[in-house]
Amino acid sequence: MNKSVLLGTLAFAGLAAAGASAATLDDVKARGSLNCGVTTGVPGFAEPDADGVWQGFDVAVCRAVAAAVLGDPEAVTFVPTTGKTRFTALASGEIDMLARNTTWTFSRDTDLKFDFVGVNYYDGQGFMVPTDLGVASATELDGATVCIQTGTTTELNLADYFRVNGMSYEPVPIETGAEAVQQFLAGACDVYTTDRSALAAQRAGFESPDSYMLLPEVVSKEPLGPLVRHGDSEWGDIVRWTLNALISAEELGVTSENIEEMASAPGDNPEINRLLGTEGELGAMIGLDAAWAKNAIAASGNFGEVFDKNIGESTAIGLARGLNAQYTDGGLIYSPPFR
Amino acid sequence: MTTMTDPPQAEGFRIGQLIHDTRYRSYTFQFIALVLLILGFSWLAYNASQNEQLQSNGFSYEFLSAPAGYDINQQPIPYTSQDTHLRATVIGAINTIIVAVLACITATVFGVIAGVLRLSNNWIISKLMAVYVEMFRNIPVLIWIIIIFTVAANIFPPISEFRLPRDGSDPDRTLLFGMFAATNQGVFIPRLVFTGLGWLVALVFLASIAGVFGWRAHARKKLFDEGKVVPVLLPSIAILLLPTIVAYFILGMPVSVENPEMGRFRFEGGFLLRPSLIALWFALSIYTGAFIAENVRAGILAISKGQTEAAAALGMRPGRIMSLVVLPQALRVIIPPLISQYLNITKNTSLAIAVGYMDLTGTLGGITLNQTGRALECILLLMLFYLTFSLAISAIMNVYNNSVKLKER
Repeated sequence: MNKSVLLGTLAFAGLAAAGASAATLDDVKARGSLNCGVTTGVPGFAEPDADGVWQGFDVAVCRAVAAAVLGDPEAVTFVPTTGKTRFTALASGEIDMLARNTTWTFSRDTDLKFDFVGVNYYDGQGFMVPTDLGVASATELDGATVCIQTGTTTELNLADYFRVNGMSYEPVPIETGAEAVQQFLAGACDVYTTDRSALAAQRAGFESPDSYMLLPEVVSKEPLGPLVRHGDSEWGDIVRWTLNALISAEELGVTSENIEEMASAPGDNPEINRLLGTEGELGAMIGLDAAWAKNAIAASGNFGEVFDKNIGESTAIGLARGLNAQYTDGGLIYSPPFR
Repeated sequence: MTTMTDPPQAEGFRIGQLIHDTRYRSYTFQFIALVLLILGFSWLAYNASQNEQLQSNGFSYEFLSAPAGYDINQQPIPYTSQDTHLRATVIGAINTIIVAVLACITATVFGVIAGVLRLSNNWIISKLMAVYVEMFRNIPVLIWIIIIFTVAANIFPPISEFRLPRDGSDPDRTLLFGMFAATNQGVFIPRLVFTGLGWLVALVFLASIAGVFGWRAHARKKLFDEGKVVPVLLPSIAILLLPTIVAYFILGMPVSVENPEMGRFRFEGGFLLRPSLIALWFALSIYTGAFIAENVRAGILAISKGQTEAAAALGMRPGRIMSLVVLPQALRVIIPPLISQYLNITKNTSLAIAVGYMDLTGTLGGITLNQTGRALECILLLMLFYLTFSLAISAIMNVYNNSVKLKER
């Protein structure tokens, strides 16, 4: 097993060396599809539906990039990755980008040599417990058994939180979120901890969601966002500005319903015109055709639409916009101008 | 000196001989194989050296002295999340050794029993053992680990049934004999607590065990040299227990038993056998036990039936024939394949990751690798560790093999 890991690492190293010379954009165009890394399944964020089609908040970013680059939101090969395999998959060139509830941290940006292109969800780590445990606050968890997904920032935050508060706990390390949920439901651990968005998403899928509750404490900052390999700035720009296009579209009132009308002829708002390619040369500046942003927004709607459709308050997951509202509504979601 | 009628130089050496002459052919092929091997490895090394990430990050083991930042549940030596990656690695290595040693012992017990019973004249027993061996040998060990882990999580009652309800009523379940509790968070058992001079009692006990072996050697020598039968069982028990009991009371009872006690969430105190350890230990034992059973059966079948008949003719009972005549001879056949089974157990402990047991693959090859991104360094170190374990087991077992193998004088 160990030997095969090494050989795999070396083989990937070879692939990466070969892939580094060519630009990711050319690779994607030549291949005709985008290889996008996602989770192995978190409801609302990335999960195949009953027909096997990937759906979700993170999946929408993949589809927007595919639509911007290839003009087809379906031209995506989804690669499910675990917390442990995601970075190897990206570094080795197995995937072109990663849109997978991944926290933007200093060491990942610098030491691991990745580029985070932005934040599509501002999250924080929380705790979920059964209501009959009789715990109302994370400060009462001294001595509890905690299920954690191993190989994540969650693991480190948890250790820090309990140490700083002078509490002890029994960690139960688990590979994937789905397994962790199984163990938690079976009572093999008292507490399940991960990002609050994922906790809410998974709780919504439980048979009796009311028997479980999220504790009020948020123990970390978890800015989640898509990332690409370091060193291919052109590709990084494409993914960054595709995400910004979705965010700007919401701010400017461009939706999947009115986009065809707005893009058919230049209107009186120059920023919308530049965004939708009816004015200026923004597409050409990043090596794409003029309709790139229009295609990206048309793929699954603007940022707000994607949020409401997949994880918003009208869905089973029921997350409020909160920090993830536009800056104009008091949130942190903010796109630099299209100029 | 002999006369050389046909000096070899006279014929000369032709290139064609490298292929056609059996004297040189083997060297030719070995040389080609060596060159290919070197080329293969240098291709891999070159590829690695061309890796962008490796070029920019360099190759360094400095991360081992940085704080690990994560917690480990099974800590044979003290550890906090502020200790270094190196210490976490060492804990992983010790955990690997713990489960490997436990599994080697139980697998041998299972294997010997199943191997002997499969040759039993009792039809039901021999068929049962055949079913056991064939079933476990032919299903991958990873599946067994997961099956046992899942079963353990579901057959043992949830720990919430042991908790004191908040309304002050009695919990649904309590400790068995006030000492044991099997829950889905693990099996809680009492623990020995040593205070003051307690270690001296433990030392006396260890010395007593050595004393028992000494007494048995003495008894055997008397029997062989002088033909005197010296009692073994009763003196052995006395040697084993008396000094320890005397030491225990003289030193003022410094060793006590600590029972698990229900805390806010789960039992505190005592010793916890985690489900991951139980699953891994049990699965490796029964799986490898099935292989060892086949080795034992082969070893027994290799001993001529005449040996059994001769021993029976002397009036020995079947149990003694097996333990005094057949098994000692069969050991010569059994030990060499047993070594490789022990190696298999050690290597298969790396499947611990499937159930979250924090062995070497879980700490160094799992969390440390993932948190630091030093894949090549971690995997190389991991290979080095497993290679060392395996060679050490091999060396120790070969010493034992030399002591039981047929001695030619």
